Amino acid sequence: MRRYVSMSQNRRLRILIAKPGLDGHDRGARVIARAFRDAGFEVVYTGCHQTPEQIVSTAVQEDVDLIGLSILSGAHTYSFPRVVELLKENDAEDITVIGGGIFPLEDIPELKRIGIREIFEPGAKLLDICKWVGENVKPREAMVA
Amino acid sequence: MGIVDQILAGEVRATARLLRDIDDRVPSIQPLLKELYPHTGKAFIVGFTGSPGVGKSSLVDQLTIYYRKQGLTVGILAVDPTSPFTGGAILGDRIRMQRHFLDKGVFIRSLATRGHFGGLTKSTNDMINVLDAMGKDVVLVETVGVGQDEVEIANSAHTTVLVTIPGMGDEVQAIKAGIMEIGNVFVVNKADREGSRKTIRELRNLIELGIRHQELNGWEPPIIQTEAVKSRGIEELALAIQKHREFLLANEKTQLREALVKRARSQLLEVLKDEALRAILNRIETRGVSLEELVCRIVEKSADPYSIVQEMLAEELR
Repeated sequence: MRRYVSMSQNRRLRILIAKPGLDGHDRGARVIARAFRDAGFEVVYTGCHQTPEQIVSTAVQEDVDLIGLSILSGAHTYSFPRVVELLKENDAEDITVIGGGIFPLEDIPELKRIGIREIFEPGAKLLDICKWVGENVKPREAMVA
Repeated sequence: MGIVDQILAGEVRATARLLRDIDDRVPSIQPLLKELYPHTGKAFIVGFTGSPGVGKSSLVDQLTIYYRKQGLTVGILAVDPTSPFTGGAILGDRIRMQRHFLDKGVFIRSLATRGHFGGLTKSTNDMINVLDAMGKDVVLVETVGVGQDEVEIANSAHTTVLVTIPGMGDEVQAIKAGIMEIGNVFVVNKADREGSRKTIRELRNLIELGIRHQELNGWEPPIIQTEAVKSRGIEELALAIQKHREFLLANEKTQLREALVKRARSQLLEVLKDEALRAILNRIETRGVSLEELVCRIVEKSADPYSIVQEMLAEELR
């Protein structure tokens, strides 16, 4: 797995992987978490049964650059927009959100419209996902005193 | 509001972002850390060390419930290992603390070791200071959990809790002296498991052998039995930690001061090491010497690291 760390700045990308809702099938989430680790990213993994409120609270405290929501149960129509909404309320819109799992094709354009940057469906290659992240998500700029 | 004011007001996002810059060792943190420093010194810092899987995260979770019931706010730093091959990490300690995610009185931060040894990270001390300045009454620091080499926590925490589980049997005997000496409170977690009494006996023997100097100062490290996932023994543990705190405060002139001196010295040397290295590397770069070239010379055996460093220092410290 190639590494996508910005060596010049020593800034590591921080990613939150979480599963909103009642869906308990976490193998996909664990696999992608490991792939991200192998690509050189730091992954905060909070696992299953997260509410959107818990996800956003974690994302803010951990200052992540990217949230990866894993969902197979169809509850994305509630939880994904709710996460995006809460990020706005917490002044954290700069955190990129992507989704992975099973989605009806017709729902995907709407998810992208409300702010989910990309959706990865079963069959997406781990290498491609890591590559996408490396190219599309940058570590946050340092604060200026 | 300036960043420092935001942190002193307890703002989560500003704090989280500063912690990130500290983690990445961005130069711009220095003036901020300097400004925050006078506001530190109020929080009580408790470190948790012990092998992987003994239940440090679960104990931190349970103690946080206890402290919150007392009306105290809690900051938590949980350290996980960075992969030496890829530089990435999976930070999973949070999973055990989920019940606190929505509690505004609890701030949890996961850190990766990033190649640092000793159980903590380069940035842990600075992060403790930020959580302290942010107003957290208690800061709980959970080390990475490789067990035997984790003595660093003793320099950063006021009270160090060493956690073991039954069935470690002969391994208890094999534990190196260093780690036994840093424990102020010992915990046998999963105490319902077989072998628990044997473990307690062996621990007691080791404690008596290893930490005479603690006893000479008047502190007898207790051994607390807990079953973290069943919330058993937590109050006893909290009280033991509290007793150690009172011991430090009562002997402020000696004990607390000693703890503070250790912490300050450790921090000063860390900062000095970082800055000196950075300064020297900058200077040789401006002189046109390439680090990579020096590395190649070592690989080709046309130079050795010791001579190179001697030359470098002779040149720079003239």
